[in-house]
Amino acid sequence: MNESTPDVPRTAEGTRLDPWFDAYAARAHRMRASEIRALFAVASRPEVVSLAGGMPYIGGLPLGDIGEMMRRIVTERGEVALQYGSGQGDEQLREQITQVMALEGINAHPDDVVVTTGSQQGLDIVTNIFIDPGDVIVAEAPSYVGALGVFRAREADVVHVAMDAEGLIPAALEETLVSLKAAGRRVKFLYTVPNYHNPAGVTLSAERRPQIVDICHRHNVLILEDNPYGLLGFDREPMPALRSLSPEGVIYLGSFSKTFAPGYRVGWALAPHAVREKLVLASEAAILSPSNMSQMAISSYLDHFDWQGQIKAFREQYRERRDAMITSLQEYIPSATWNVPDGGFYVWVKLPEGLDSKSMLPRAVTARVAYVAGTAFFTDGSGADHMRLSYCYPTPERIREGVKRLATVVDAELETVRIFGAAATTSEISVDFPSPDLA
Amino acid sequence: MEVMILAGGLSHERDVSLRSGRRVFDALRDLGDNVTLHDVDSSLIPALHSRPIDVVWPIVHGASGEDGSLQGLLEMLGVPYVGTAAKEARVAWVKPVAKSVLGRAGIATPDFVTLPQSLFREVGAEQVLGAISSHFGLPVVVKPARGGSALGVTLVTRPEDLAHALVHCFAYGDIALIERAVSGIEVAVAVLGEGDDARTLPAVEIVCDGPYDYDARYNPGRVEYFAPARLTELQADAVERAVLASHRELGLRDLSRIDVIIAEDGTVNVIDINVAPGLTEVSLFPQAVAAAGLDLGQLYREILSRAAARGAA
Repeated sequence: MNESTPDVPRTAEGTRLDPWFDAYAARAHRMRASEIRALFAVASRPEVVSLAGGMPYIGGLPLGDIGEMMRRIVTERGEVALQYGSGQGDEQLREQITQVMALEGINAHPDDVVVTTGSQQGLDIVTNIFIDPGDVIVAEAPSYVGALGVFRAREADVVHVAMDAEGLIPAALEETLVSLKAAGRRVKFLYTVPNYHNPAGVTLSAERRPQIVDICHRHNVLILEDNPYGLLGFDREPMPALRSLSPEGVIYLGSFSKTFAPGYRVGWALAPHAVREKLVLASEAAILSPSNMSQMAISSYLDHFDWQGQIKAFREQYRERRDAMITSLQEYIPSATWNVPDGGFYVWVKLPEGLDSKSMLPRAVTARVAYVAGTAFFTDGSGADHMRLSYCYPTPERIREGVKRLATVVDAELETVRIFGAAATTSEISVDFPSPDLA
Repeated sequence: MEVMILAGGLSHERDVSLRSGRRVFDALRDLGDNVTLHDVDSSLIPALHSRPIDVVWPIVHGASGEDGSLQGLLEMLGVPYVGTAAKEARVAWVKPVAKSVLGRAGIATPDFVTLPQSLFREVGAEQVLGAISSHFGLPVVVKPARGGSALGVTLVTRPEDLAHALVHCFAYGDIALIERAVSGIEVAVAVLGEGDDARTLPAVEIVCDGPYDYDARYNPGRVEYFAPARLTELQADAVERAVLASHRELGLRDLSRIDVIIAEDGTVNVIDINVAPGLTEVSLFPQAVAAAGLDLGQLYREILSRAAARGAA
């Protein structure tokens, strides 16, 4: 035999391969390594058509000119660009951000803008300063997976409110807030993505916007408005932001990730004065200051490039991709239903009866196509009958190929349902999140 | 020695494979070896031709990495490689075939049946499910006939969960293996070498709060490991005999990991055969190496040297 000592007693000490196992916070013990998340390691391979990721298509950017811009930033202002900066963010950029926001009806002062490392950090610092464990956040059903992750990390209790083709349903919001109040629950804010929603693709109608603001005002509930896609509508002018209707009742999060590029990691929060002060403190505690280099790049881009023309170009690219997605769904998976988004990146597909998007994922990987199961966008295990398909990144040809492959998966799953019945195909209720690059 | 490690691939276990490959790469690089890490993609063959490679170590879990395909490719290209040869890997990869080979050699494995999804359609799912329940009773383990990392595996304890377990299994492949669940002491045994020169490393005992699923395997903390396993000398000897017999009967080579359960009556039941065992920081094989007091990097180098000396198959 090997040289092991015979008769190792049952009382011998074992190991958990983690010397800090007993030191973790209780919430860390609830974290799970998901086999679903592991499957997405395959999504990055070129053989796999990924309809999963929310990566913008930046192939059309003038990279040569941007490179020259970056070179000049370093050679001419390198001692500032490569140094720590202000915790609230570069003043000139904050001024420019107010001009960007003006396109959506927001009248803001640069002093009330906090530059963040992506709007994701904005989500984090807002949640940090408002949420105690057990506090309620009301969110749309479904909701953005990146936000849900932040909310979970702060141990918030997320309560979903229904949407329809016109976005969040005011009556449903009212009913939820009344019910929560009656139950003695403290609702800290409504989290909403009002434009070209991720993942649902819908936009809050103009008619409903003041209704939502009014409901939250009456219930003394803050609104956290997350708006990365507002300028990416295909056929209409930008809708008025909720912030434009209620400067004191809304914290607005914006981002350059989709209108320019995500690699710079620059977003912002616009908040009422008192809130803004705390956001700056929270941001400084986390990151000291946002990247000067990135801020100067964004600022220079806004100054010297036709950024609005670029957004127009993006819109046309995404429109073409949206069309490829919709026509492919019609051709290959007519048994499913879906919205037709008029902007943004995503189609929210309802699967044929009995199918479970999470259970289907391993089969999809085998078929070399990836998507995000609908369960990722809920905190209560709902969403298995939906999937989010992204059309932002792949070419129209790849989108068509991806949907074609997806159709074979749907057919195979329908066969399984026919054999075993719908109940057997339902995945266990569990909260499951894809990796951040798929958000 | 010019070494190429292959990791990744396109299987459901790509993530684990990348982590395994990275760990081996780091261990060898720390020893100063000339080693490259490469995915299994369209650039692989040009990369193999671009410079002389003394030996390849395929650390690709799942199909193509463990079913003999990659090994067969390397054999065609005349490249020496670590691990079980193509034909033997093909047998070991398909669980029911491997179990049948072991069974014929008198090595205990749990009673089992292999059923394709098509049979449920042809005969009627309800009737087949009834036959499974009648024959095996509960609990049973449902798993893909080809697969690893506990993907698609379910321990079924209630009759109403059997259909769901099969559906979950069929998401990973169209043939299910259903076997009688054996309770007892669960251990994993690393084996080095081949044939009469094969030897085992200390067994690693696994104690898990719930099923030993993907999360338990790759999220440190849920599982308690005992290396060496808490076995009596009698048990340890029985495990060694069963594992070495399995390794030899299947013609495995260089390294393997064989998982067994010691039942209450002392029978050692072989549960799983792995020709490309996980080599991540939480995997069982490296734990066995540590329990044996061996240096991981040095061991990997020895494995590579032996394969290089053997030459192309």
